Amino acid sequence: MNDEVGDGEVLASYNFAYLDEQTKRMIRRAILKAIAIPGYQVPFASREMPMPYGWGTGGVQVTAAIIGPEDTLKVIDQGADDTTNAVSIRAFFAKTARVKTTMQTGKATLIQTRHRIPEEALTNDQILVYQVPIPEPLRFLEPRETETRKMHGLEEYGLMHVKLYEDIAKNGHIATTYAYPVKVAGRYVMDPSPTPKFDNPKMNQCEALQLFGAGREKRIYAVPPYTNVVSLDFEDHPFEVTKFEEPCALCGSEGAYLDEVILDDKGHKMFVCSDTDYCEKQQRKKMQNLGEEAKQRAFS
Amino acid sequence: MTRELPLLDAQSISKFYGSRSGCEEISFQLFSGEVIAIVGESGSGKTTLLNCLSTRLMPTSGSIHYLGRDGVARNLYQMSEAERRFLMRTDWGFVHQNPSDGLRMAVSAGANVGERLMAVGERHYGSIRQTAQNWLERVEILADRIDDEPRTFSGGMRQRLQIARNLVTAPRLVFMDEPTGGLDVSVQARLLDLIKGLVNDLGLSIIIVTHDLAVARLLSDRIMVMKEGRVIEAGLTDCVLDDPQQPYTQLLVSSILKG
Repeated sequence: MNDEVGDGEVLASYNFAYLDEQTKRMIRRAILKAIAIPGYQVPFASREMPMPYGWGTGGVQVTAAIIGPEDTLKVIDQGADDTTNAVSIRAFFAKTARVKTTMQTGKATLIQTRHRIPEEALTNDQILVYQVPIPEPLRFLEPRETETRKMHGLEEYGLMHVKLYEDIAKNGHIATTYAYPVKVAGRYVMDPSPTPKFDNPKMNQCEALQLFGAGREKRIYAVPPYTNVVSLDFEDHPFEVTKFEEPCALCGSEGAYLDEVILDDKGHKMFVCSDTDYCEKQQRKKMQNLGEEAKQRAFS
Repeated sequence: MTRELPLLDAQSISKFYGSRSGCEEISFQLFSGEVIAIVGESGSGKTTLLNCLSTRLMPTSGSIHYLGRDGVARNLYQMSEAERRFLMRTDWGFVHQNPSDGLRMAVSAGANVGERLMAVGERHYGSIRQTAQNWLERVEILADRIDDEPRTFSGGMRQRLQIARNLVTAPRLVFMDEPTGGLDVSVQARLLDLIKGLVNDLGLSIIIVTHDLAVARLLSDRIMVMKEGRVIEAGLTDCVLDDPQQPYTQLLVSSILKG
């Protein structure tokens, strides 16, 4: 978008959403292919972004390729809207695309995330964009990329279970708690990026389109809406989500993913929701309920 | 009575590396339950031939038919890659000279043995572990080493683990490339004893490459002597070793140290 100043004088500015149109087209082609083959890693010509690798260059490129002027963007980092990475990326698109931004899950049309899926169920008019550091689920088991591609192609996924076997042999249970491998649409095994396995069930039959961008590794993959996403496991060691012993210390909700917060150097700590938007909503609800109870008591 | 079909039927296998030949015009048949040794000095084309037979190396010309469990003989190089790889991890085994080529060194012994089971769809941890345990016992590895990584194992143990890993899916044909190479004599003897026992128990067919005539004599029913890429003499192991016809074979036999 160019800003016109005075008599047709043009002030140098960024193209809409930073990337040039050719690049966006290239990324969109990769995204379309990824959606057509759920869970398959599509190579793309990842660009240098004005941020270091590992800060979400893949997610930012995907977002830049699909964002429109009408979109409302939400960015979360570990579930929180107000951490450095989330704030910077939100500011980046506010500046380069002049889109509306929000911290509320329900109001966003586009959500870029690092590591979490919002607690609030997503809808079919939303898109979730993941920042992915390592897209290849077989990477640490089979270092050769030529071989892993062949394994994906021929659906040879026995090795994935070797990793889970090792977990059980060493720890007595499947100790993988994040980047827990899933099978998408009964075909490709996919690394859901380092989201906690707590979020894996949310990917299954999710209404929203889920896009994954790995900038350094130059791969894009996708889970289309209403697609089966199954976490791998053993018959006698089935997949289990992380359970928390206590409710959130701030909003009191149970069944949300909690972060441990260290309070002092004497060992005190508390567990609070990692999804800050969800937590605030629950707190507000709690306050309202308290208020109404007080009102009822006052009138009775 | 119908004639038994060969398990593996190789016809005029040649492999050229550019203009240099690896092996030339080799034909033979392997029947079920048979052990064939390929002997010859290093550089004679033994390993090239073994790799061609086991689909690890595409031969320049010739055909290899393998008799599937369904009784149909198929040309290995006309199968799809998926079928070939499936064959390799179920019906076949490959024991490398260097165990670290055939094992996952950073994964526990139990998982090494269990990998093939998981690859063919076994999804019950308890039964995978039980099978792995049984196989470790069978190859004389103590049960309490099941969760140790093979890099903590001795050379002989690694080789036995590699054998267990290959045999867990009850393959019908196992390729071995100098399985006793680099092991000291007493360990070699134990390993050969173990392989011999497994061959008898399981009715395995084996194609074994070795430069050690003693290994060939102990294990194999038939022998092929290779020199400069060609088979110069073949026959029953005892016949060939006791009454070698070719001057080169005579030289090989006479070069064994006798105690």
